[in-house]
Formats: sequence, C-alpha cells, structure tokens
Amino acid sequence: MIGVESPLGPIPPGRYGFGGVLASEWTKLKSVRSTVWTLLVTAFVGVGLSAIVTSAQAARWSSRTLAEQVNFDPTRSSLAGLLFAQLAIGVLGVLVVSAEYSTGTIRATFSAAPRRPLVLVAKIAVFGVVALAVGEAVSFAAFFLGQSLLSGKTPTASLSDPSVVRAVMSGGLYLFALGLLALGLATIIRHTAAAISTFVGMLLILPIIVAALPSSFADDVGRFLPANIGAVMLTAHYHGTDPFGPWTGFALLCGYAVAALLAGGVLLVRRDT
Amino acid sequence: MSHQILLGAILRLGVKGHHGLRIVILVLIVAAIVVAFVLVRQRRPSRPARTARRRLALMTRGNPVPPGDRPDAGVPNLTMSSNNDLQAQGVGTVATAVRQSRAGNTLSTIEARGLTKRYGDKLAVDDLSFEVKPGHVTGFLGPNGAGKSTTMRLIMGLDAPSSGSVTVNGRHYHDLGWPLREVGALLEAKAIHPGRSAYSHLRMLAQTNHIPKSRVEEMLDLVGLSAVALQLVGNFSLGMGQRLGIAEALLGDPGVLLFDEPINGLDTDGIRWVRNLLRRLASEGRTVFVSSHLMSEMALTADQVVVIGKGRLIAEMPIDEFTSRSSQCYVRVRSPQLDRLRPALQAAGASVADEDDGSISVRGMGAENIGELTLHESIVLSELAPQSASLEEAFIESTEGHLEYRGDRPVAGGSTKGA
Repeated sequence: MIGVESPLGPIPPGRYGFGGVLASEWTKLKSVRSTVWTLLVTAFVGVGLSAIVTSAQAARWSSRTLAEQVNFDPTRSSLAGLLFAQLAIGVLGVLVVSAEYSTGTIRATFSAAPRRPLVLVAKIAVFGVVALAVGEAVSFAAFFLGQSLLSGKTPTASLSDPSVVRAVMSGGLYLFALGLLALGLATIIRHTAAAISTFVGMLLILPIIVAALPSSFADDVGRFLPANIGAVMLTAHYHGTDPFGPWTGFALLCGYAVAALLAGGVLLVRRDT
Repeated sequence: MSHQILLGAILRLGVKGHHGLRIVILVLIVAAIVVAFVLVRQRRPSRPARTARRRLALMTRGNPVPPGDRPDAGVPNLTMSSNNDLQAQGVGTVATAVRQSRAGNTLSTIEARGLTKRYGDKLAVDDLSFEVKPGHVTGFLGPNGAGKSTTMRLIMGLDAPSSGSVTVNGRHYHDLGWPLREVGALLEAKAIHPGRSAYSHLRMLAQTNHIPKSRVEEMLDLVGLSAVALQLVGNFSLGMGQRLGIAEALLGDPGVLLFDEPINGLDTDGIRWVRNLLRRLASEGRTVFVSSHLMSEMALTADQVVVIGKGRLIAEMPIDEFTSRSSQCYVRVRSPQLDRLRPALQAAGASVADEDDGSISVRGMGAENIGELTLHESIVLSELAPQSASLEEAFIESTEGHLEYRGDRPVAGGSTKGA
C-alpha cells in the first residue's frame, strides 16, 4: 500500500479466500503433536480393544449357549473398540478449536482471516477429512484383525456381505460424525476441559443416567443417544426392531454435529475473542 | 469372571447399562485416556524430526542445527554480539524495499470515531476519537487498565465496538482484502501454541494471505530466530516470544503496524533493537502505533502521542507539545538583582516562585521573553535555564484522576525542583 517496492510485490487485487485458509488449517493440524497422539490413541484403542474383545469371544465360544451363538455378530464384535476410539477422535475435534483459545492463537488466526465462518468451515473440512480417513482405516483394520482372530473358532463375517460392508464403513462414519460434534461443542464452549467433559458426558454418562430412568421413558430417550445409534450402526445383523436404522441413525448423528457447529458458528461471529 | 464383565460392558455399552461394575470400568477407561492425554501434553518436546531438521538446514543456508538434546540447546542468548548482528540485519532487511516516505502526508491510516466498548456495565473504552498518521511512531499511552489493549483489539476487529467505529486505511478491518499485507500486529506476548514451532506458526499465517514461504524464513532471520525456527515455541523465553511476535507483525510487509507493549520481556539490547526497528519502520513511511505504559521508553521512540485514561482520550498531539504543555515546564532563573527582577516578571504576567537554592522558578513565560525583559530592564542574569518536564511527569499529571486502580497510583509530580 505504501511501499513503492515491497519485497512481496504489490498487494494483489481481490481478497484472501478459502484456499489459503484451508492450507493454513492443514498446517495447523499437522504441526502440533497432539494431533499425532490423539490419532495414534484412536487407532490403538480402536484396533486394540476390538482385538481383545474378539479374541475373548473366540476363546469362550464353546461355553456359549446356543442362543448366544445364534445371535453372535462377528462384525460388531470386531468393531467394539470404536465405541472407545470415539473419545480420542473427539479430543482431537475439541483441540482443533479450543487450543486456539487456550493459547491465544485465535487472535492471530482472525487477524489473518477476519471472516470467521470461513475459518470454521476450513477447520471442519480439514478435520473432517482427517477424521473420516483415520476412522475408516481404523474400522477396516479392526474388522480384518478381528476376523482373523475369530477365524476357525467362531463364524466370521466377510466383506462380500453388503450389510457387513455397511457396518464396517459405518465405523469410520461414526467417528467422523462424533469428531465433528466434538468440534462443534468446542466452538460453543471454547475451553478444552469443559468441552471434553461435555463430549464424554454425552457419550458415556448420559446413557447411565437414561438407564436409571423409568424404562418406558428410558427407551424413548435412549434411542437418541449417540452411543445407542453407534451400536446399531456397527451391527451387521440389523433386525428391523431397533429404534433407528443404521442410516437414519447416522443422519441423526450428523444432525447433532451440524446443530452444534451452527450454534458454534453463530457464537463465533457474535462473540469477542 | 472379570473379563466377562468387561466384555459385557463393551458389547452392550450404553444400551442398557446400569450395573455398578460397568460404571466403574467405564470411569477407569475414561481416566486412563485422560491420563494418557495429560502425559502427552506434558511431555517435553524432543529433538526435531529428521525431515524438519533437513528443512531447517536449508533455511539456515547450510548452517547445521546444533544437536539439541535439551530443548534450549541452540537457543542463542540475547548477547551483545548476537544483537549487533540482529541490529544490522534488522535495519538492512526491512529497508531492502525502497520506500517513499509519506511523512507529512495528512492521510490518516487508523481512525477511531466515538469508539466505545462496554463489557457488562464496565466501560473499557469511552467515546474515543483519534487518528494515527503514517511516517511517525505514535505512542499510545495510558495507565494499566486504561483501555489500550481493548482499543488495539477493536482496531483489529477482534472485539466488536459497542458503538462508534474504527477504520484502517479507511476500511473496517473485516473488509480488508489481504489483512496481513495491510496491517501487522503484535498484540500479546507469546499468544502462540506452545506445541508448534516458530516456523509453522508463521507459515500457517502466511498461507492465509498467500505470502510465500521465503518471506517466513526472511522474517525469522530478521528477528534472529532462524536457528530455533523448528523448536517449539513453548521453550522460548518471553523475549524470544516477543521477537516471534514482531516477525509475525512484519510478515505481510504491512503499511500499518500495531504493537502492544512490544518491549515487555526484552533486555536492554532487545529494547534498543525494537526502538531502532520502530523508528526505521516509521521512516519508511509506515504507520506505527505502539502502546506502552513505560513513558521513558516512549520519550525515546515516539514522535506523536495518544494518551488515554479510563478509556477516554486525554491528549493527542506531538510528543514535544505534550511535554511542554505540562505545568512542570518552567524556567529557572538566577540573578543578583532578584529584587528588581521579581516585580518586573510579575508585571509582565509571569508567576514567580522562590526556590530553596536561591534561584527563582518562572512559569507562564518562556526563556526568550525573560531574556528580552532583563535586557530591557538592564538586569544582570547569572542563570537562565528552561526546565522541561519529562514525558513521565507530563503523563502523570495528565492522567491524574484517570487511574483505574488507585493502588497503582504513582507518586505524583511536583517534586521536580531545579537541579
């Protein structure tokens, strides 16, 4: 503006856009260790816990009752760890936003890109892609490892069965949707510890509270809980008796995430930093 | 038995779990994850990754990174020699661009009009109007809590004003096309993710405004952080954090620069370096707006001042005018003929006070006029010494009654008698 010859050349026409903000968010995500660690924990818990569950199933197969053997779902069994991996991916989703507030980086971020919704959308895009990719990788890894542990001891599932493919893919989708829900919660709450507590509370504490309610009421409320939706999504043997089908459940989870992100987005624009 | 319970808990998690043991297991697992996370956060950063190191080697143009077993290994102290280098580099690199000085141009680049910010029922900034012009270092002075940082945040569009407005280059911050190319700011020392390297921090900001990677490296060079570019900011001293903040502000080669307390945490060499840098930036025709509560520092750096107290504007003028306006300005006069001089001065409208050391202090009349008067009256003078107030005194005087916290109240001026 004032420089006749700035080392950077003249200021270009137009304005900064989504591409630059997206590249910036990608740099942010990959340049901190917490990303690597939360993703490693996601993979470790998702695959490891699933392996423990499936090998225990294999070991106890002969002592199972006939009814248990009939209802055994090898797919679901091999994906059991994902219901815990959700906590780790959620922590990353929270940190993507809350770390900016706790460290003060948010001011630099909004100084460089004052259009805040653009920044939020870039965060969603970058984190969403990472969460989906890691989620699917963990889900398929857990499935294949689980089936190989079950092989020869119990019935196993194969990807040639469409409902099995659906269940295994749902594992990644489930982690993706919950990760974005966590990101949305963090945008609303802005504090790391409070946002993680809320997220964990929704997933693990709320079911316990709901279970303590009178049973007719508990069923009505309980089917809306993310953990219950997840349980249906990860099951290959869908009987039609579950309150929501797997896709309806996934849509509902996405609805939660979108609601949290929209609320967070509105607050982001309105609040001071 | 116990693995059976674990299995049950995992398989039917949340479906209908209210068994006491299940809850205990859940809590234990959550606790384990939390503990793992806390450990990760507290983990001391180790050596930079090999690829990162290669990148650093490129950046520092062949200088290998000192093998850092300790986080602070390879962090240069702000020693005299390293600073002299810095100073030379700083002055050189910023000045590479030939700039047309716009000093004297009346274009105002930061303009606040009736700017007001209310937090709850507390008025942080109260109907503030001022202009900051290019080509000068403009000091932004006020006691702690006067609203300086709030004003800076309002300029940057980080907080929204309750009423009034502030523009940069005639536009609201939000409407700037390439914000970092127009405005650079150091708002807070070390408001940077401690787990990110200095390089990555600058790089991610540069990317939003399409600023090339080479500029990031240049700025790290400029502030003397090249050797530690890939170390985590969490290991930086406050002074290094400030340097990184300055690099951040200069990243887009902006015409408008805001610095909030830039010398906090710097040693004397660092302070001198910043002072020179600010003056250099202003001489290149940029607008430099620097807040400080250190009057002595501003006296050495600023040409203009904007003084606020309790969120209100107290003064906006050249710094010389600000100091001379103070009632602490007087002329010390000695003469063997004080008996004749005293009434002559009073007749000319000056106020005269006797000092303990036998001199008199004259207010309301300049040294020149006193000289003419004594010549005219044929009075012998043995001393005629204008005493100008320091910025500090002028500031204390002007902000009397504006101090936010009475406990901070400095001993007010008035004790500055001659010599």
